[in-house]
Amino acid sequence: MTILQSKINPRSEEFQANQESMAKAVADLRDKVATIQQGGGPSYQERHIARGKLLPRERINRLLDDGSPFLEVGQFAAYNVYDEEVPAAGVIAGVGRVSGTECMIIANDATVKGGSYYPLTVKKHLRAQEIALQNRLPCIYLVDSGGANLPRQDEVFPDRDHFGRIFFNQARMSADDIPQIAVVMGLCTAGGAYVPAMADESIIVRNQGTIFLAGPPLVKAATGEVVSAEDLGGADVHCKVSGVADHYAENDAHALEIARRCISNLNRRKPADVEIRKPRAPLFDAEEIYGIVGTDLRKQFDVRDVIARIVDGSEFDEFKRYYGQTLVTGFAHIHGYPVGIIANNGILFSESAQKGAHFIELCCQRNIPLLFLQNITGFMVGQKHEAEGIAKHGAKMVMAVACAEVPKITVLIGGSFGAGNYGMCGRAYSPDFLWMWPNARISVMGGEQAAGVLATVKREGMERKGQQWSSEEEAQFKKPIVDSYEHQGHPYYASARLWDDGVIDPAQTREVVALSLSATLNRPAKPTRFGVFRM
Amino acid sequence: MFSKILIANRGEIACRIIQTAHRMGIRCVAVYSDADADARHVAMADEAFNIGPAPSSESYLKADRIIEVAKESGAQAVHPGYGFLSENTGFAEACEANNIVFIGPPSSAIAAMGSKSAAKAIMEKAGVPLVPGYHGDDQSPDTLRKEAEKCGFPLLLKAVAGGGGKGMRVVERMEDFDDALAAAKRESKNAFGNPDMLIERYLTQPRHVEIQVFCDKSGKGVYLAERDCSVQRRHQKVLEEAPAPGLSEETRKAMGEAAVKAAQAINYVGAGTVEFLYDVDGSFFFMEMNTRLQVEHPVTEMVTGQDLVEWQLKVAWGDPLPLEQSQVKTRGHALEARIYAEDPDQDFLPATGNLRYLSTPDESAHVRVDTGVTEGDDISIHYDPMIAKLIVWDETRDQAINRMVQALEHYRIAGVKTNIRFLHALADAQPFREAELTTGFIDDHRELLFPKSRLDTHKALVLAAGFVLEQRKSREVISTDPWSPFGRQNSWRMNSEYAQPLQLQVGDEIHELKVLERDDRYQVFVGDSVYNLTARLDDDFLQAVINGHRISIHGNLHNDQLVLFYEGDTFQCTVYRETYGFEEMAGEGSLAAPMNGAIVAVQARVGDQVTAGQSLVIMEAMKMEHAIKAPADGIVTDIFFVEGDQVSEGAELIAIEVTADAEEEAG
Repeated sequence: MTILQSKINPRSEEFQANQESMAKAVADLRDKVATIQQGGGPSYQERHIARGKLLPRERINRLLDDGSPFLEVGQFAAYNVYDEEVPAAGVIAGVGRVSGTECMIIANDATVKGGSYYPLTVKKHLRAQEIALQNRLPCIYLVDSGGANLPRQDEVFPDRDHFGRIFFNQARMSADDIPQIAVVMGLCTAGGAYVPAMADESIIVRNQGTIFLAGPPLVKAATGEVVSAEDLGGADVHCKVSGVADHYAENDAHALEIARRCISNLNRRKPADVEIRKPRAPLFDAEEIYGIVGTDLRKQFDVRDVIARIVDGSEFDEFKRYYGQTLVTGFAHIHGYPVGIIANNGILFSESAQKGAHFIELCCQRNIPLLFLQNITGFMVGQKHEAEGIAKHGAKMVMAVACAEVPKITVLIGGSFGAGNYGMCGRAYSPDFLWMWPNARISVMGGEQAAGVLATVKREGMERKGQQWSSEEEAQFKKPIVDSYEHQGHPYYASARLWDDGVIDPAQTREVVALSLSATLNRPAKPTRFGVFRM
Repeated sequence: MFSKILIANRGEIACRIIQTAHRMGIRCVAVYSDADADARHVAMADEAFNIGPAPSSESYLKADRIIEVAKESGAQAVHPGYGFLSENTGFAEACEANNIVFIGPPSSAIAAMGSKSAAKAIMEKAGVPLVPGYHGDDQSPDTLRKEAEKCGFPLLLKAVAGGGGKGMRVVERMEDFDDALAAAKRESKNAFGNPDMLIERYLTQPRHVEIQVFCDKSGKGVYLAERDCSVQRRHQKVLEEAPAPGLSEETRKAMGEAAVKAAQAINYVGAGTVEFLYDVDGSFFFMEMNTRLQVEHPVTEMVTGQDLVEWQLKVAWGDPLPLEQSQVKTRGHALEARIYAEDPDQDFLPATGNLRYLSTPDESAHVRVDTGVTEGDDISIHYDPMIAKLIVWDETRDQAINRMVQALEHYRIAGVKTNIRFLHALADAQPFREAELTTGFIDDHRELLFPKSRLDTHKALVLAAGFVLEQRKSREVISTDPWSPFGRQNSWRMNSEYAQPLQLQVGDEIHELKVLERDDRYQVFVGDSVYNLTARLDDDFLQAVINGHRISIHGNLHNDQLVLFYEGDTFQCTVYRETYGFEEMAGEGSLAAPMNGAIVAVQARVGDQVTAGQSLVIMEAMKMEHAIKAPADGIVTDIFFVEGDQVSEGAELIAIEVTADAEEEAG
C-alpha cells in the first residue's frame, strides 16, 4: 500500500485564508441545519408535545438502536423554495440501524404544516424510497400527516412521480422482499391511509393515530354522518374490528418499541459482499481539508490531499498514476470497505476519460464500490481535442458510469459543470448517494462562461446589424446571468430541490461516505453489463 | 500410604483435600448431591458419586450412603472435612466397622468433646485451665458469695435456665454482690421460673485464641502455634490470623502444652483445635475442643510451612508425626478472610444467586485462595454461603494486612451480594491494624466497618456510562459486517450533534445522563455538570480519564445490571429502560418469588376471591418466612406450586386476575 504524504503547509497565508472561508461556510451550514431541525418552530412543537406526542426527531432517536448514527437525506429539502418555510419539506428521512438492521426511516413532521405533502415532500419521500429500493433497506414509515397539500394538488397528485408513486413503491418493494412497516402516530388520511394499509405490518397508537379515507368533516359533508375521528379510524377500530392495523400501542414510545420488534423478526442478513477490513483512521486531520480546498473554485488543489484525509490509514494505491493525470484513480478502504476512487484533478482530456472508463470496468469486474470526488469544469474543448475524438472518449466514461452496477457514491467537492457532471456520476447517473460540500457549485457551465457565451452571441448579432455594444453595457448584460448562475448553482439551492442528498461538512466526508457505503452493502452484488463502447 | 480416599464433603474443603491428596499421588473419590453435579470438587476428583438430593440431610449427611460409596469405590479411607459428618461419632464408628479408615480422631475422642460440660470436666481433671466459676447445685447465698470470692472479680452472674440476657449481671466488686444476686435471682425466677445462678469470671476484653494440635497413633502430640479468631460476629469467625498478636512466648508455650495435654487426655489422634478464651492479663481458659480440621487451618499452614492435610493423611495411615515439637517453627504473619454470600447492610442476611462474574486475586507465595466455586456457579440455599477463603502471608502483620486489603480489592464478584466491602473496611480499620482485638470488635467499631463509598456519585455514574457505552460497542456486531459505521454507536448526526440519553438507576433513584460522543471522546452531562471522559474497555477492565483524573477499574455488565469494583467497594446500578404497553401490564396481577426458597404454605385456591393485602403464599427462604400478598382485589386464576416446592427468585407463584373495579381505582 502506498501511504499518501501530506504536502500542505498549514501556516501558509493561502491555507489560513482557505481554512477561514470554509469554516465560515460550514458554520453557516450547521446554523441553517439547526434551524431546520426546529421543524415548525417552538409553538408548534410545544403544541405537539402537549398532545403526548414525541417530536419526529425524538421518535427517530428512540426507534434507532442505542447510539446508532443516522444518515439523514434531504436535510435542505424545500429550503427557501416556497413562499412559506417548510423545513426539511415536512418529512425527515434517513438511514439508521434498528434492531441491528439498517433501515430507511421516513417520518412526517406534523409541526410543519400539519405534515402535509408539498411537491418537494413527495419528491423527498420518493427519493428515500428509491434509496431503500436500490439498496434493499427495510422501510419504516412514522406517519403523522394530513396528506396532500390541497392548494398545490396539481403538483403533487396527478403525475407519475407524485403522491401515488409512494404506494406503488410500497407495493413493489413489498413484492421484492423489502419489508414495509408503518407506525401510525397521528393523522393518516385519504391517500395517506394507504401507507399503513399497504404496509407489511402496521402499528397504531391509541387515542392518537387515525386511519381513514375521509375524515369526519368530509364524512359529514358527504353523508351527514357525525362521527369522532377516534370512532371513525382509531386504534380500537383498526386493531379490533377492521384489521387495517396489526399492533396496538399505548403511546409513541410503545409504538416505536413494537416497530423495533417487527424489525427484529425480519430474519434478514446483510449480504455485504465485499472484503471488509478493520477500519483505521486516516493519518491526517480531516479538518485540514478546509485549508486545502477553501471556497474559491478557481484555486487548484491536489485532490490526493483530500483523499489522504478520507481513506483508511491514508493508504491509496493509484492506478495509471502517470497517464491522464487530470483524473486520479486508485484503490483504498474507507472504514474498512474497499473503494475505487475516481477524483478530478483538473479538466478531463481524452486520456483521462479513457483511464476513468478502464478503472470503472476494473471495479465492476471486482465488485468494488466506486467513490467519485467531483470537481470538474468539463471536458477539454478545441479543434485538436475534437479531432482526437474526445466526444467518443468522454462517451466511454459516461457509458461505464451509467452501466456500473457496483455501489456508487458521489461527492461534489468543487465545481460540477457540464458533461463532466455526467462522466463523474452526477444525479442523472443514479449514484446511490450524492453529497455536496458547501463550497461546491453545480450548473451546466460556470456563470462566467455562460455569460461569456451569451454575450458573444449577442455581440455578434448586434455587430451584424452594425450596432455598437460598449463594454459597460456588456458587463451590465452579463452581471444578472452570473448572479443567477451563482444563485442556482449554490448547494442550498441544489439541495432544496433534491438534486443531491444533502450538503455535508467536508470534515465529515469520511463518516458520510462510510455510512453511505454501509447502506449500499445491504444489496447483494450484481454483475455489470456494459453497452457498446465506441472505440 | 493410602492409594485411594473418599472425601465426604463438598465446596472449598473438598477441593483443598483433593489438591494435597493428588500431590501425594492418592486417587480421590468425591460425593455430590443433585445440586452439585457440576461443582468444582466433582470436576477435580478422579471419580464422583451422586449421593442424593440437594438438602444435606438427604445427601452429605447420609452416613450409610457414603459408606456404601466408599466400599463400592474401593476407597481405603474417608476424609470428612469440616462440618457435615466430621464430628459425628456414629459415622466414625461406621467407618471403623467397615474397615475404612476415618481420617480424624477415634469416635471416643469425638464423643468425649461432644458434650461441653463433660469436656470441661475432663479438662479440669487433666489440669487444663477453665474459666473460674461455680456451676453447683447449692444455691445458698453464702455458698455463692464464697464461690464468688474464689472466682475473682469482675464476675458474671448467669441464670442457669437463662438466655437473652435476662437474669444476667456483671458484678465489679464484692460489695455489690448481694444486691446483684438478689436482682438476678428475682429476674430469673420471673422469666424462667427458676432462680438458680451460676458464677463465671467476667473477661473484660476476651480474645479467641486457639491452638492447633496434632497427635499420632503412638500418643505423641505437638502443637503448631496458635490462631487468633477474635474478630467474630454472632459467634461466626470473620477474620483469623496467626500468630496471635501480642502473645508472649511463655503464654504461647503454656497454651500449647495445655492444648496437647487436653488432646492426650482423650487419646486424641490427628488434627484438633483447642479453643481458649484469652484475657489481656495473659490468662487463658479452655472453651472447647474441635475434633477436626478447622476452616481457618490455612493461616497455620502459611506460618509453619506445613500441609496439615498431608499430616492428617500420614497420621491416619499410621505414620509418626512429621515433626517434633522443637522442629515446629513459625515465620511471618498470615491472615484469612472468609468471603461470604451475605449482605452486611442487612445484618449479614445470607444471600443466594449466581456468581455471574468472579475474578480472584492472582495466587502467589503471598496470596492463597481456597474456594469450591467457579464463575457461573450458584450459591444455593442448601449449603453454607461461604464463597471462598482468602489467605495472605507476609513477613510482618502490618505487611500482611496490606496484602489482605489489596487482595480483597482484587476479589471481584457480581451476581451475589458479598461481605467483601465489609472485610476490606475491617482489615483496613485502624483499631484492627493496631491489633485492638476482642470478640466484641465488630460491635465496638461499627461506624468504621460500614463506611460511605469513597467514590463520588457523579464520578461513579460517569464511569458507569463509560463502561456501558464501551461494552455496547464491543458487543453489538453484525457478523457479515462487523465494523459497519452504523455499529459505532456514537450517535452520529449529519451537520449536528446528538447527546444520547442514558438512564442509570441507583437504588430507587434514576439518574438521567446525556452522553455526547465526539472523535472517540465523551462528554457526559450529569445534572448541571459536564464531564470529559475517555474510556477504553478490555473485557472487564475499564481505563477511564474523567476531567484529567485517570481511573482504572473493573466491572461487570450483565442484562443491564452493572457492578463496578473500586477499592474493595462496589458501585451498582441498572441501565434503566422504560417499559411500555399492555403485555407488561397484563403481568401486573401475577406474583413472583422475592428470592430463592421453599413454599411452606399455599393459602389460596384457584377461583378464590381475594382482597388486596391478603396473604396468599408463605415462602421460607434463608430461615425466614415471607408472605406473598395480593397486590389488589381479584380472583386467583392459577397457582403454579404446591407446598414443599423449591422455587427460584423471580418465579411466578400465583396468578391473579385483578377485578375490573380494582383496576379502575388503581388507574
